[in-house]
Amino acid sequence: MIKLPEPVDQVVVNLLRLANTKIPEDIGWALEAAGMWENNPVAYTQIGAIMDNLKKAEHMGRPMCQDTGIPVFYVCGRFDSSIAAQIAKGVERATAEIPLRPNTVDPLTRENHGSNLGPGMPIIHYIPEEGDFTEITVLPKGAGSENMTRLGMLNPSDGVQGVEDFIVDAVLDAGGRPCPPTVIGVGIGGMSDTCAEMAKMALACPLDVENPDKTLREMEERIFVRLNKSGLGPMGLGGATTCLGVRIKKAACHTASLPVAVSIGCWATRRASARITDHGVEYAQGAVL
Amino acid sequence: MTNLVTPLTEETVRSLRLGDTVFVNGPIVTGRDEAHIRALGLRAEGKETPPQLDGCVLYHCGPIMRQTEDGWQVVAAGPTTSARMNRLEPEMIREFGIRAIIGKGGMSAEVAEAMRECGCVYLAATGGAAVSLAEGLGACTGVEWLDLGMAEALWSFRADRLGPLIVAMDAEGNSLYEQVRGSLVRDARSRPLPRTG
Ligand code: SF4
Repeated sequence: MIKLPEPVDQVVVNLLRLANTKIPEDIGWALEAAGMWENNPVAYTQIGAIMDNLKKAEHMGRPMCQDTGIPVFYVCGRFDSSIAAQIAKGVERATAEIPLRPNTVDPLTRENHGSNLGPGMPIIHYIPEEGDFTEITVLPKGAGSENMTRLGMLNPSDGVQGVEDFIVDAVLDAGGRPCPPTVIGVGIGGMSDTCAEMAKMALACPLDVENPDKTLREMEERIFVRLNKSGLGPMGLGGATTCLGVRIKKAACHTASLPVAVSIGCWATRRASARITDHGVEYAQGAVL
Repeated sequence: MTNLVTPLTEETVRSLRLGDTVFVNGPIVTGRDEAHIRALGLRAEGKETPPQLDGCVLYHCGPIMRQTEDGWQVVAAGPTTSARMNRLEPEMIREFGIRAIIGKGGMSAEVAEAMRECGCVYLAATGGAAVSLAEGLGACTGVEWLDLGMAEALWSFRADRLGPLIVAMDAEGNSLYEQVRGSLVRDARSRPLPRTG
């Protein structure tokens, strides 16, 4: 068994507290910038209300949104098979201690055990890597935005234009429901499952880190401009701020396929990571993955 | 910016315009799906309903509450998606004379029609702004139907500058959501697209 300097369940409680009470810096800056360029009074009021809420949440140590979502975990570096149970314990403790809203239910009976656990929970992705560290990243995601997820198996001949139209339509059809201004996570390629996984993982990439792929970077820019010229605005009430940023990931795919997945992150796009080494635990909110 | 004091009169409600920013002060109740179902069920059976529902400001919200020595305290209270109550709301407005609904995302044309008929407005709260809105809800003055669960119960508060709220559906049948949806630009271009395929 790999020995870590701090119990993983405690690290998970700390992570969930950090993610839920403090917005990552890049998202905070993007919201602040939106407040400066927005000249629609209704939109300006919405951004102001969001900023005000963020300051109060951080100051009072309370979750910034009442929907503390379902936490999605990514574990990188070195780890062993005991880590899943320890993360689960951390989720249960965090639910009682922070507290988080118990959101997890049986999909059919809708029974809620109050612990945010249950079959298949917590959701953990494993990314083994060489090195003397374990890194745990969490993305808590609420239902308002998650319910607007869209997966399309496009025709290869739809090309770049078809992909961009699909993404723009997904965001505009969602309207005010995912609490815009939103962060748009996109996966292109792979198969249906990996495509949706990439889209969600793209939300872990901060808005101020440049996409290393030039084609994807240009697509991100074009979609960003189109969305913010659409007029949807914060909360779907009109304005120049519909999205804060677009993050695209891609993977190879079948020659006869063009999968595209859109995962919408609300203004409360939350994330936090802990890097555990022999020297201790470091917490940060600039996940990349 | 307008400071509204509840209970609201029909005249006040009819004077509000789309896009106005308002704050709500005074008695207010929260209710979601289950509270709507129970209220209408009791009314249909001719049974008594909580008096605070009559002519109320109804907030679509399932608050996180905490019990302290001084009673219930609100921790987080952002709006929930109002469209879930579309089916029940026209009857609620007609039966209980609701003067204002607070929520997120707006409501259907049938609800807008009941609002026009009876004199009721829809006020949009900022989605997810749970801490600020909890502060605006002020003191909890009572709770009914706690058996429905914390989120679904009928909570009463004395609001203290609850807002900012935007008049997103007025008492004349107009909806800001419809206006925005109707004028969305889907294909704004920044620069020519590269050739595809
Ligand atoms: S979409 Fe996001 S901000 Fe809106 S209520 Fe859900 S978690 Fe909160």
